[in-house]
Amino acid sequence: MRRFSWFNTVSLTLGFAFLYLPMVLLVFYSFNESRLVTVWAGFSTKWYGELFRDQAFLDAAWVTVKVAVFSSTLATILGTMAAYVLVRAGRFHGRTLFSGMIYAPLVMPEVITGLSLLLLFIGINLDRGVFTIVLAHTTFSMCYVSVVVSSRLTTFDRSLEEAALDLGCSPFEAFRLVTLPIIAPAVISGWLLAFTLSLDDLVIASFTTGPSATTLPIKIFSAVRLGVSPQINALSTLMIGIVTLGVITASIMSKRAAVAQRRDEQAAIRAD
Amino acid sequence: MRRFALIAIPYLWLLALFLVPFIIVLKISLSDIALARPPYMPQLDLGAGWEGLKAFFSELDFENFVFLTTDDLYWKAYLSSLKIAAVSTLLTLCVGYPVAYAMARAPEEWRPTLLMLVILPFWTSFLIRVYSWMGILSNEGVLNQLLMWLGVIDAPLQIMNTTTAVYIGVVYTYLPFMILPIYSALEKLDGALLEAAEDLGCSRLEAFWLVTWPLSRNGIIAGCFLVFIPTIGEFVIPSLLGGSDTLMIGKVLWEEFFSNRDWPVASAVAVVLLLILIIPIVLFQRNEQKQREAEG
Repeated sequence: MRRFSWFNTVSLTLGFAFLYLPMVLLVFYSFNESRLVTVWAGFSTKWYGELFRDQAFLDAAWVTVKVAVFSSTLATILGTMAAYVLVRAGRFHGRTLFSGMIYAPLVMPEVITGLSLLLLFIGINLDRGVFTIVLAHTTFSMCYVSVVVSSRLTTFDRSLEEAALDLGCSPFEAFRLVTLPIIAPAVISGWLLAFTLSLDDLVIASFTTGPSATTLPIKIFSAVRLGVSPQINALSTLMIGIVTLGVITASIMSKRAAVAQRRDEQAAIRAD
Repeated sequence: MRRFALIAIPYLWLLALFLVPFIIVLKISLSDIALARPPYMPQLDLGAGWEGLKAFFSELDFENFVFLTTDDLYWKAYLSSLKIAAVSTLLTLCVGYPVAYAMARAPEEWRPTLLMLVILPFWTSFLIRVYSWMGILSNEGVLNQLLMWLGVIDAPLQIMNTTTAVYIGVVYTYLPFMILPIYSALEKLDGALLEAAEDLGCSRLEAFWLVTWPLSRNGIIAGCFLVFIPTIGEFVIPSLLGGSDTLMIGKVLWEEFFSNRDWPVASAVAVVLLLILIIPIVLFQRNEQKQREAEG
């Protein structure tokens, strides 16, 4: 069995220390009594209290969650359709343009995406707010969803679908009963990816929002521009906590699902 | 019919919300300030036929692009974005390669955990990860306090609000993009090749240089592009960690639009930025394709 050599141990330790130490310090100082972020004055949870009393943050959090839920759901539907078109629809007129439009937003700088969408919304006189952010977020995250889903679709055995069609399924039934359950993990991870991208986005939301809708990243950005603040440390700690919890739950669930599947397979073999 | 709807819905969505907006940017970058104010859409009068088309094209001019070349702010910002992106890509490679190498050499049962530890920061907010460095790098920050306590320095170092802080921020936030492709290249590497090299008389360092490094080249190239391309247009990192001397084009575009409200110039800045990005993007795609062909 291979073990860690000293060189590898040192690089892994330094590398992961670099990746995680800044976030650990952020969490640590969120429990600091002092307003001065870097002077430790004793343990306190008062910044969390202040955060929850600040209506502006609560409103922004609510707007952010709303936008993320709507846009990631829409992006998952559109992105899955786009992936299906890319992998299965064969040749059609304008296919090159279509695949170009799927991949281009992935590398487009956010400032350009934001600027161009804002100019469109002004051009067609659309009132800016939650609706326009949802449109913007759906557009860029559907591209990520379709990349994730299409990589799953290409590796999947097409004869299963054909068997369903031979047995009398309509194409839509074959998709719903055979294809969708098989690509479901990719669809779910696409939704999660779209959800986090939307939660995280500052630049595109700033361009496409109006005065009525402030998302959490916009609020955080305007607060931290003035310097470090303990309230933002508390908010960041909560967000890091939620993400960590989510990722741990997801990995436990997928491990359980894998174990259950193996058990079912073994049971099926024994029943034969 | 059903196939048509399946194609048409995502197609039309992308046309309306990706391609059309971009054409508007192109159009406004070629307009004068007064014309660029809404409503600017119906300037192409197709009803007037050829005359309308001629009128449309005669309105276009390149004065915004000419303006970009006359004010040194812009070309300096493009150059400095390219420089910052190149230097930080190199730094990210120096930090990321040993980590990826160590992950690929780690015992098999450890690898999924290590991989998850690299991916986890992706799910954590980018903005918060950049923000976390503000408390470390500031004059009263953790780093300066530590260095003064250790007696390395007497007075706090000015790191925050300098380009150095931007480098640190870029290396930190884009590190997983560098580690993952290099790791996947190194993980496929056959250990027997290294043994063969050593049997044939290579020292371990020579074996690394002659075998491991060339075989991980595709991962290195992919990782470098994945860091370089997004860094050029970066906005969050220079505006939170950078100072007044840090010029990056993403920030210039933002300010041109939100502070100066000069839409035509902002659009021209965007068009030139995209033209600059086309070269690395095309190179990246070509490299990916070559790699796929080599594997397939």
